[in-house]
Amino acid sequence: MSTSPRTLFEKVWHQHLVAEPVGEPTILYIDLQLVHEVTSPQAFEGLRLAGRKLRHPERHIATVDHNVPTTSVQDRLVIADQIADAQIKALRKNCADFGVEFFDTEDSQQGIVHMIGPELGATKPGMTIVCGDSHTSTHGAFGALAFGIGTSEVEHVMATQTLPQSKPKTFRINVEGELPFGVTAKDIILDIIGRIGTDGATGFVVEYAGSAIRALSMEGRMTICNMSIEAGARAGMIAPDEKTFAYLKGRRFSPTGAAWDEAVAHWSSLPTDEGAIFDRELNIDATKLAPSVTWGTSPGMVTTIDGIVPMLTDAKSDADRKGFERAYEYMDLKPGSKVEDITVDAVFLGSCTNGRIEDLRAAAKIVSGHHVATTVRAMVVPGSQHVKKQAEAEGLDAIFKTAGFEWREPGCSMCLGMNPDILAPGERCASTSNRNFEGRQGRGGRTHLLSPEMAAAAAITGHLTDVRNWKK
Amino acid sequence: MTPINELTSTAVPLPLPNIDTDQIIPKQFLKRIERTGYEDFLFYDWRYTFDAKGNTTTNPDFVLNKPEYKGSQILIAEKNFGCGSSREHAAWAINQYGFLAVIAPTFADIFFSNAGKNGIILVRLSEADVETLLQRSTANPQHKITINLEAQTVTDDQGFRAHFDIDPFRKHCLLNGLDDIGLTLLHEDKLDAYEERHNKEFWSAPKYAA
Ligand code: SF4
Repeated sequence: MSTSPRTLFEKVWHQHLVAEPVGEPTILYIDLQLVHEVTSPQAFEGLRLAGRKLRHPERHIATVDHNVPTTSVQDRLVIADQIADAQIKALRKNCADFGVEFFDTEDSQQGIVHMIGPELGATKPGMTIVCGDSHTSTHGAFGALAFGIGTSEVEHVMATQTLPQSKPKTFRINVEGELPFGVTAKDIILDIIGRIGTDGATGFVVEYAGSAIRALSMEGRMTICNMSIEAGARAGMIAPDEKTFAYLKGRRFSPTGAAWDEAVAHWSSLPTDEGAIFDRELNIDATKLAPSVTWGTSPGMVTTIDGIVPMLTDAKSDADRKGFERAYEYMDLKPGSKVEDITVDAVFLGSCTNGRIEDLRAAAKIVSGHHVATTVRAMVVPGSQHVKKQAEAEGLDAIFKTAGFEWREPGCSMCLGMNPDILAPGERCASTSNRNFEGRQGRGGRTHLLSPEMAAAAAITGHLTDVRNWKK
Repeated sequence: MTPINELTSTAVPLPLPNIDTDQIIPKQFLKRIERTGYEDFLFYDWRYTFDAKGNTTTNPDFVLNKPEYKGSQILIAEKNFGCGSSREHAAWAINQYGFLAVIAPTFADIFFSNAGKNGIILVRLSEADVETLLQRSTANPQHKITINLEAQTVTDDQGFRAHFDIDPFRKHCLLNGLDDIGLTLLHEDKLDAYEERHNKEFWSAPKYAA
């Protein structure tokens, strides 16, 4: 049978079609659902009320990340916040009652849900993966179709292992050329969001392609896919290749022996065929990129580190102008002021965007031999137990601690401040996370998103700093 | 879900783009394990002001706190409403506060789907039409808007009339108050057949066991 050239997305979509009822959304099979404490309790409750079970408990993996304190193991064992504690206990009980494998607070595999899927080898190319969390797009870095869903949908997947879905459109973003010194995966994705806007990819699945994407490590690819949702995309995907296979080989849930070879053969058939047509394409010249940083309260409000806070006249529409005006006020910034002059009170290195080993290595390189500015509170929160252990084995924890950073236990931490790690009103933070919404890191807190290297440099100097000029 | 067809109500104007789910319901309320009781937390950080001691006061300037907008069942905002986190709590809070419909030029994907699951009608109108309605509802809090789902129209008593598009399946579910799981299970034979094949494709298994 000959078929016309197809995209990576179309192949994965097609392989998961259960039914296409006329006049209704397609029923899509879901290979894996990841579960965390915040968006699951009402789903389990719904099942109980309806007398339903999980159709495939073995296609579920659960952990705790959003609510767990990251200060110390002791604080995690006895959680002071009673409502958070109740939510974690509810997940523990729900997993036991419904037969879901659960990586509890002190399990050696605990971590941010989007970290542990890949680390366990549960995330693999060609799969469909969902989670009640918008940054599920992260898993697309492996060539999986992965997207965030709401709690009713979580319940739907639990009960049926499927989801009714309308077919998204396809959007390829080609990033070609070699990245200049000091420019990272984070800068690529911030630049893209700045270019197309926070709703620029709404209704699309984005495939990131081109030599600059292929040159990235799996960690860098995850950083890119992670923030697809910040451009409104349903999902982000990157074609699996030798790097993907090398990352997965030998992981706990990866196939072995003959099954491994068969899996690699299947995965190798997934990349977009030559000549396949996308609904939309965008080309980006990687050689022209600079380190990016957000200045406002939406990830699309982005500029380069050597730039200025944009003028009101830079806003593209009336609605954007209103957004800009509000952002100047909330962020306490004047249009036209130099980005490098912005001083920070806090630095947060972590999250499912940049809490991986490679991120910590890059930041440690900047930090080594320096000390955190006296005006800055800086913390490193490894994204998972696995990353924490690896970093400690490499001595990165010592570098950070000597420089005056706090070295924390794994979790979401100050990415969203649902746990004790929050900014005080008016405090300004250089953060490697993915959202700079009003109050995201604590009510009244101000967030600047940037790469781990730039966050590390800001911690040392006390202001946003161009890492390209960094002297050892 | 309660079936819904026609809705006539005053409307609350929120003339801002990119209103994200963190604003709709801040994270501290996501720790609850219940599915109800979110109405008091809707737009919490905008509805209240907070002093250094942690005291909370109602913010009289925020539109939801203005008595003339009490009881409104329609919310109007600018583009990309509901962006950000996937929290369905945002849809619960909007719904439980008493809103049955939101009008905006565009909505973020996940919010769009969450709203549908909670029987909230999302109406997409052109930026110009949204602007008109925002202005009328701001100038006159008594300004009434009618949304008719069957006819897919938005009208008011000053001659405003706009047609909106809605996916026929979503319309059918809203009109009849249908639950999704039940609908999917109508296709269980196909699901069984699919799994019969698919579960042998070990590359699809999250946990490979030799
Ligand atoms: S680290 Fe932040 S973005 Fe990632 S899952 Fe946790 S809260 Fe969400």
